[in-house]
Amino acid sequence: MAEPFARFTSPVIPLPRENVDTDQVVPARYLKVTDKAGLADALFRDWRFTEAGALREPRFVLDLPGMAGRRILLAGDNFGAGSSREHAPWALTAWGIRAILSTGFADIFRANALKNGLLPIVVDAETHRRLFELVAADPELELTVDLEEQAVHLPGDEEISFEVDPFARQMLLAGTDELGYLLAKTTAFETWEVSHPPRVDTLAAR
Amino acid sequence: MPEPGSRAPHPRTLVEKIWDDHVVSQDQGAPAVLAIDLHLVHEVTSPQAFTGLRERGLGVRRPGQTVATADHSIPTTGRGLPIVDQLAAAQVRQLEDNCRDFGIPLHGIGSPDQGIVHVIGPQLGLTQPGMTIVCGDSHTATHGAFGALAFGVGTSEVEMVLATQCLLQRRPRTCEVRVDGRLAPGVSAKDIILALIARIGVGGGTGHVFEYAGPAIRALTMDERMTICNMSIEGGARAGLIAPDDTTFEYLHGRRHVPQGADWEAAVERWRRLPTDAGAAFDRSITLDAGALEPMVTYGTNPGMGIGIGGRVPDPAESAEPAQRRALERALEYMALTPGQPILGQPVDVVFIGSCTNSRISDLRLAASVLRGRRVAEGVRVMVVPGSDEVKRQAEREGLADIFRAAGADWREAGCSMCIAMNGDQLAPGQYAVSTSNRNFEGRQGKGGRTFLASPLTAAATALAGAIADPRALPGLSGQAQVVVGGR
Repeated sequence: MAEPFARFTSPVIPLPRENVDTDQVVPARYLKVTDKAGLADALFRDWRFTEAGALREPRFVLDLPGMAGRRILLAGDNFGAGSSREHAPWALTAWGIRAILSTGFADIFRANALKNGLLPIVVDAETHRRLFELVAADPELELTVDLEEQAVHLPGDEEISFEVDPFARQMLLAGTDELGYLLAKTTAFETWEVSHPPRVDTLAAR
Repeated sequence: MPEPGSRAPHPRTLVEKIWDDHVVSQDQGAPAVLAIDLHLVHEVTSPQAFTGLRERGLGVRRPGQTVATADHSIPTTGRGLPIVDQLAAAQVRQLEDNCRDFGIPLHGIGSPDQGIVHVIGPQLGLTQPGMTIVCGDSHTATHGAFGALAFGVGTSEVEMVLATQCLLQRRPRTCEVRVDGRLAPGVSAKDIILALIARIGVGGGTGHVFEYAGPAIRALTMDERMTICNMSIEGGARAGLIAPDDTTFEYLHGRRHVPQGADWEAAVERWRRLPTDAGAAFDRSITLDAGALEPMVTYGTNPGMGIGIGGRVPDPAESAEPAQRRALERALEYMALTPGQPILGQPVDVVFIGSCTNSRISDLRLAASVLRGRRVAEGVRVMVVPGSDEVKRQAEREGLADIFRAAGADWREAGCSMCIAMNGDQLAPGQYAVSTSNRNFEGRQGKGGRTFLASPLTAAATALAGAIADPRALPGLSGQAQVVVGGR
């Protein structure tokens, strides 16, 4: 069960790459795990480590000094394309990321992220460009993510408001998950089934 | 049904009809509770979901609408031996334990029905028009070829469907992809979908479900339609559908899990009402001309980076947009390609024919039609991996396996294999491959490996040449390819 999603402040990890696919977030060879533990080491594995397992030089952004503990990833356009692997948000949150800013997210990644206390925040192209400039000018720049208000606060009085599915927002703020909600709909499903008998029976031997 | 005297219902798309038929309930402000007709399960994305069920003391609500197979992490070498990779072995064992404990039918290793999850669903007749189908796998879109709303989900959603047979979903936007004209000889379904993605980009369909329509789509076989729907996700669309028609019904008739006798007639009658009504509105529309297409090949590190086979690798300096230029520069650096170089003639080390995109019997027939009586180029490793055990047996009965072996290709057991490179079938760092699979992401087919996506015809022509080759240039082939590819 996830923790309630509370307002937080953090400096930013800039990752100015477009179309980051989930194969980069967690390479497939790390998908043989049968639990969710230990995936922080797999995060962006091939961008961070050489074949021999040493950190690449120059280092990938996550491994630069001062990045450990940061909770906001500022990514290029269309983050999370490709595979449906939920290992991607598991690895991101295991490393400590709680929010990702981009101009867009792939549908399955967005859905998976929201179920794991990881907030995908869509900003417009102009704001996106300016955030990269601000972070380049001041790498220690801190942003405050406030899901309750649906806003990202910049130093000073400026704020960037964002849209989020109201139901997902409610779930994140309460730290509850959708399964509990669905289980409460069992009666409705059983009623539906009366007029919609199963289309197939995978257990039938023929 | 409308009440007598009531107005006719408004015209609806195929997606809307399936959607409306599966909404169990919807609270104000909440997503719809959507009933799922068929849940496909495999070893990689399900273990944590079953753990979740155990932790909460829940069972599987409808085991009879659930089916499992092992495909991603299993070896494609001889099946008599134990799995050497201990993690993969443990994952497959866990799937077996989970299916036994929760009463889910499993077509595992050794079963004659084992295969890639998206190949066996249709093959067994489990995939049917008008259904909602999910799987913890983004290529679930494949099943849309039958006029089913089929999409990939994450492991949390796998757990929800196991526990409740339902999901929480927002109604997707719809995008009509109309493909006019007629494919030229040597150009195939794979080229249609690669051309679409090259045009709209990998995020072009985000938030939408594609409905493929038009004469070029109607002319395709079911295998070819599956190839197109399969890669909807590479264009950002979570699902892609094709309205069912006689081609669909002909494919399904007599398969193990489809209705029989009078039930079959009733089902077909129901399915005939599914196609999008005249006058129904899509949120977006895209049109392609199949007649203008040539074989497609990708040059970069996402499936949107594709060109016609006669084209040249784009020059980043010509990109007006800085982000696009950076992405292209990075892709060409990874691929070690030179801006402006022709893609034809680019040497390759490996040719992979397989994956849920192109591992069905007709794909193998196409590849075999090129390789028959010929030898693959010296030094090129060619792997042919059938999509299922049944496809394998059929290919062997038809003599295709003999053609592949005689040509010097490696004929293997069914599985995902080098498409996702989890099972030891992988490229070495720096190697080039032409692959009939769906993703050319960095490292997708092995760390440091470099992938060119293409059709089975192009892959087979490349295997002979040892370098990217145009299948239309092979002597005596184009006529045959025309019969098989554009034949209906």
